[in-house]
Amino acid sequence: MNLQGPGMAEPVISVRDLVVEFVTRRGVLRAIDGVSFEIAKGEVLGVVGESGAGKSVTGAAIIGLIEPPGRIAGGEIRLEGARIDNLPAEAMRRIRGRRIGMIFQDPLTSLNPLYRVGDQLVETILTHTGLSPRAARARAIDLLAEVGIPAPERRIDGYPHEFSGGMRQRVVIALALCAEPDFIIADEPTTALDVSVQAQIIALIRRLCRERGTAVMLVTHDMGVIAETADRVAVMYAGRIAEIGPVRDVVKHPLHPYAKGLMGAIPTLASEAEELVQIPGAMPRLDRIPPGCAFNPRCALAIARCRTERPEPIAPHPAIARREHVEPGHRVACHLAEAPQ
Amino acid sequence: MLAFVIRRFLQSVVVMLAVGLIAFAMFRFVGDPVNQMVGVDTPQAEVERLRAALGLNDPMLVQFGRFILNAAQLDFGISYQFRQPVTRLLAERAPATLELAFTAAGFALVVGVLMGVYSALRRDSVLARVFQAVSLVGVSLPTFLIGILLIYLFAVQLGWLPSNGRGETVTLGGWWTTGLLTRSGLRALILPAITLGLFQMTLIMRLVRAEMLEVMRTDYIKFARARGLRTRVIHFGHALKNTLVPVITIAGLQLGSIIAFAIITETVFNWPGMGLLFLKAVHNVDIPIMAAYLMLIGFLFVTINLIVDLAYGLVDPRLRIALRS
Repeated sequence: MNLQGPGMAEPVISVRDLVVEFVTRRGVLRAIDGVSFEIAKGEVLGVVGESGAGKSVTGAAIIGLIEPPGRIAGGEIRLEGARIDNLPAEAMRRIRGRRIGMIFQDPLTSLNPLYRVGDQLVETILTHTGLSPRAARARAIDLLAEVGIPAPERRIDGYPHEFSGGMRQRVVIALALCAEPDFIIADEPTTALDVSVQAQIIALIRRLCRERGTAVMLVTHDMGVIAETADRVAVMYAGRIAEIGPVRDVVKHPLHPYAKGLMGAIPTLASEAEELVQIPGAMPRLDRIPPGCAFNPRCALAIARCRTERPEPIAPHPAIARREHVEPGHRVACHLAEAPQ
Repeated sequence: MLAFVIRRFLQSVVVMLAVGLIAFAMFRFVGDPVNQMVGVDTPQAEVERLRAALGLNDPMLVQFGRFILNAAQLDFGISYQFRQPVTRLLAERAPATLELAFTAAGFALVVGVLMGVYSALRRDSVLARVFQAVSLVGVSLPTFLIGILLIYLFAVQLGWLPSNGRGETVTLGGWWTTGLLTRSGLRALILPAITLGLFQMTLIMRLVRAEMLEVMRTDYIKFARARGLRTRVIHFGHALKNTLVPVITIAGLQLGSIIAFAIITETVFNWPGMGLLFLKAVHNVDIPIMAAYLMLIGFLFVTINLIVDLAYGLVDPRLRIALRS
C-alpha cells in the first residue's frame, strides 16, 4: 500500500525540530519540544499519546492556527518542500482549507448551527476555487455523496442539527475535502462518535486517502483506531516524539518503555486472563518537565544518563533491532536502544 | 408554528386583562370620579343621576367589563384636566415619543453592536478600553443626570444643539407630526435620543462583546478558520450572526423600557410626548390618562415580547424546528 514510504519521494509534509511555546505569567511553557516527522503522499501517520502530550498542538502548528499566547518558537514546517511556518497571515489563510484540510474532534460543535450545511460547503468551495456559485453547489452535492450522505441533493439544504453525529462528521470531512487538499489533519475524528460509527468514519478517511493520495495526520489516543488506519505511528510524550515507525512494528514490538506501557494498556479479547499494564505516575505538567528524558521519573529502567541527557530519536542498535524483530524506519528516543544491555 | 403563535397570543390577552384590572382599580382607589366632575353646589339628585348615567351603580364586574370593552375600542374616557378624550391626547403626543424612542433604540443598537464587535475583536486595543470605560459611565449614571450634563455641555457651553423642545414639526397624513423632516427637528432630537439610548447602548455593547468573545472560542469558528475562510467572513458572518441571537431578545425587550422610561428624558428636555403628559397627569390626579398610559405601555411590552419570540425563529433554525413541532 505505502509503496513510496517516508523519505523516498518528496514528502507532502515535513516537520523539523518544531518548537511551540506558550508565554504565560508563570513563564514560557514548551508544549512541543523538537518534534520531527515526515508524511508521504497517500500515507496516514497516526499520532498517539496522553492528553497534553502535544498531539493537537502539533496539528494546530502545521495549519497555522496556534493562537497567542502560543507561538512557533523554532524549527520549520514544509509543505511539498516549501516552508509554511513563517508565511504572512493572508498567505497562510490561502493554504488552510485549500492545501491543508482539518477535521475536528466534535462534529456536534464544528458546524455553525445557523448556516445550512450547503452554505458552509459552498462558501468554502467559493473561497478556494474559481467556480461559479451554481457549479460550487453541484460540487458540494458531489462531495456529500462521496462521503456517504444519502440523498445529498436534498440534505444539502438541511441545518447541522438535522444530522446525526456520524453524518455531521461526514459533513465535516466533506468540508475538509472541498478544495482537494494534499494533506489532512484529523484531530481525534472519532472520539465523540459511537463505536459503530467510528469504524465507518475511519473506513471513510482510509478510502479517501487511498483514492486521492492525500497524506493524513491522524491524531488520536485510541490505539485501536491507529492500528486499523495508520501506516506509521508516532508516540508522543510531553511534547516530544518517543517512538516512531511502521504501525504494526510499533504496536507489536515497541522499544520505548513508555510505548511498551502504552501498548500493554490495550485490552484484547484474546488475552482476558492477563492483567492490563499500568504506567505508574502521570505525565508531567509543562512547567515541570524533568531534565534528560521526560519519561525518566516514571521509567522502571531509567539509568543515570536518562536524568541528565536528552535522548534523540534514533534507529535502535542492530543487535536490539534483530532481537526485537524491528523493521527499518523505526526510531526510538531512548538511551537503552543505543546499545544492547 | 401557528399553534405557537396562537398560544402566545392568548397568553398576551391574559396579561393585558391583568394590566386592565390594575388600571381599572386605580379609578376605585383614588376616589369617586363623580366628585371630580361635579361642583360643590350640584344637587344630590343630579349627582345620583350622573352616577347612574356613568354606570357607577352597576356591579364591579360589569363595570370592569365595560372598561375593558371601551379600552379595546381605544376609548379611555375624558381627561379630568383637559376635558378632552384621553385617546386623542395620547395620539397627539404619541408621534413625539415614538420618534424619540425609535431613534434612541436605533442609536443604541447600531452604536452598541459596532462598539461591542470592535471591543471583542480588538480586545487589547486602547479604543476598546476606552469603550469599556465609557460603558461603565453609561451603565452607572442615571438618565436625568446624563441629560443635564449633555445639555450643559452641548446646549449651554458649546451652543451647538437646542436644550429643549422638539423644534419645528411637519404634519403627515393629517395626524402624525414628525420632527424628522426639518433641520431644527433633527437637531432637537439628537441630545434626547442619546440621553435615552445611552444606557441601552452600553448594555448592548457589553452584551455583544461578551457574546462575541464566547462565540469566537467555539469550535465552529476554529473550524471556519481551518477551512481558510476570510477573516471578514468569519467575524461578520459566522461570529456576528451567532452573537445576535441573544442580542435580539435584549434589544427587543429594551425597546419597551425605552418607550416607558422616556418619561424622564421627556421631562428633562421638555419633550412634548406621552411621558410628559403622564407626569402632568400624575400631578393633577388625572386618572383616565394614567390608566390609558398604563394600558398602552403594557400593550407595547406584550406586543414586543411576542415579536421577539417570533423573530427568534427567523434567526435560529433550531428554534424554528422546535416551534413547528
